[in-house]
Amino acid sequence: MATGTEPHPDGRGVRTATRAAISARHLRTDRWWLSPAGTAAGLLAFVVYSTWRAFADAHYYSAPYVSPFYSPCLAERCQTMHSGPNADLFGSWWALSPAIIILVFPLGFRLTCYYYRKAYYRGFWASPPACAVAEPHATYSGETRFPLVLQNLHRYFFYAAILVAGVLTYDTVLAFRDSGHHWGHMGLGTLLFVVNVALIWAYTLSCHSCRHIVGGKLKHFSRHPVRYRAWRFVGTLNARHMLLAWASLVSVGVTDFYVYLLSSGAFDDPRFF
Amino acid sequence: MSSYEARFKVWRGDVRGGGLAEFTVEVNDGEVVLDIVHRIQATQAPDLAVRWNCKAGKCGSCSAEINGRPRLLCMTRMSVFTQDETITVTPLRAFPVVRDLVTDVGFNYAKAREVPAFVPPPGVAPGDYRMAQRDVDRSQEFRKCIECFLCQDTCHVVRDHEENKPAFAGPRFLMRVAELDMHPLDAAAETGLDRKTTAQDEHGLGYCNITKCCTEVCPEGIRITDNALIPLKERAADRKYDPLVWLGSKIGRRTTDRPR
Repeated sequence: MATGTEPHPDGRGVRTATRAAISARHLRTDRWWLSPAGTAAGLLAFVVYSTWRAFADAHYYSAPYVSPFYSPCLAERCQTMHSGPNADLFGSWWALSPAIIILVFPLGFRLTCYYYRKAYYRGFWASPPACAVAEPHATYSGETRFPLVLQNLHRYFFYAAILVAGVLTYDTVLAFRDSGHHWGHMGLGTLLFVVNVALIWAYTLSCHSCRHIVGGKLKHFSRHPVRYRAWRFVGTLNARHMLLAWASLVSVGVTDFYVYLLSSGAFDDPRFF
Repeated sequence: MSSYEARFKVWRGDVRGGGLAEFTVEVNDGEVVLDIVHRIQATQAPDLAVRWNCKAGKCGSCSAEINGRPRLLCMTRMSVFTQDETITVTPLRAFPVVRDLVTDVGFNYAKAREVPAFVPPPGVAPGDYRMAQRDVDRSQEFRKCIECFLCQDTCHVVRDHEENKPAFAGPRFLMRVAELDMHPLDAAAETGLDRKTTAQDEHGLGYCNITKCCTEVCPEGIRITDNALIPLKERAADRKYDPLVWLGSKIGRRTTDRPR
């Protein structure tokens, strides 16, 4: 028989007085916590790793490979990379790791990304932790106020991400050299760079802002056939945005770690030809 | 045909209070949760209130929460549960309860009225509308909505914060705004109604933090977040947060109300 529960006169959320009087925050019986916990653990692991590498200011170049964390390298203190992505825009006054200068852009792109927003709102902020699981916060204003209203700047980080992806493509072309800078060679690192840059481009182009810019903003696709085809292509990628977000996050970390292993002498790059 | 006895907990009560009533009830092959609720009604609790209609997942009446997840009673097969599992059925927890499994979903109808209707194009008589299929594909996806309001129920903006209800239309009606803004013949802009701006200012689009629960629970499989809410956020960003678009409109490169 019914176990009587009175309405909560001062309740909020699912315990609001007019709603069905159920004291439990949720009644889900599945392992709903697994997904946000896994997401939070994955993101946290990457944050720890990338923070270490970004501030290390060492072991980011092993000819012909340059770590994607340090490319382009925009300070005087950067290691000289033969025909590499050196551009001394910041001069000698920049005393920190040069990775910090450039990582702001991919970091901003991923922080404001519609997928990552979902991931960290759920995983770190429990807003909500999972569907139909009550969140712990007393109030909620979403993305209506500072600082979260700045999420609307995602499209500008997208433009920056296009430029960064262009530089990483250049780095990948340079990876078809050997350590003596002669063209027409390839090693395991080259393969990693190719996979990484392909995933970076796929993730960047699958972005929701990209989808909007190439055609989503239009009212009449029939008047813009080329943009319609572009929108459909981006839409196909966009359906896998989460997968591409994770795949590119892992690939950029693996590529950087590979360069670290080569640069620190812990590993030798197997050469194919 | 095989059958077994299943354990059910069904919330019974009204706005004055209530609780989970326990039932042991027969389940046969091929049945859905609504069949079992009807069997409870027929054999053990004739006064159990439940709203239902088509039993085919098309009327959107039998929305409830099964083991804490917003679902249609008629589209949830008993075969997805193990036979020793206790199945809990409660009313939607985002809306005021009326009795047992029936809730007052009037909030949604109030929000529906707040969305300005389709504005017919000037000079084109009804019946003379002509649209390319590719221009209406997006809106037609949203027209699959059966208004079960599971997305409204699961959306934490109102589920967990009753105080947000006046300001936030919810995913179903933001999707309606998106549908109209993408409609090739909607002439709202020509009448001075900018749906991109009102989505943010009057329907609370900014409250949405795109955590995709609406998409997860939609029984029609509409990609509400990816195809309606995020595109609408991008359109609102065009109007309110993009200085380049703003500058373009000021120097005459773009007009805000010209259909493109």
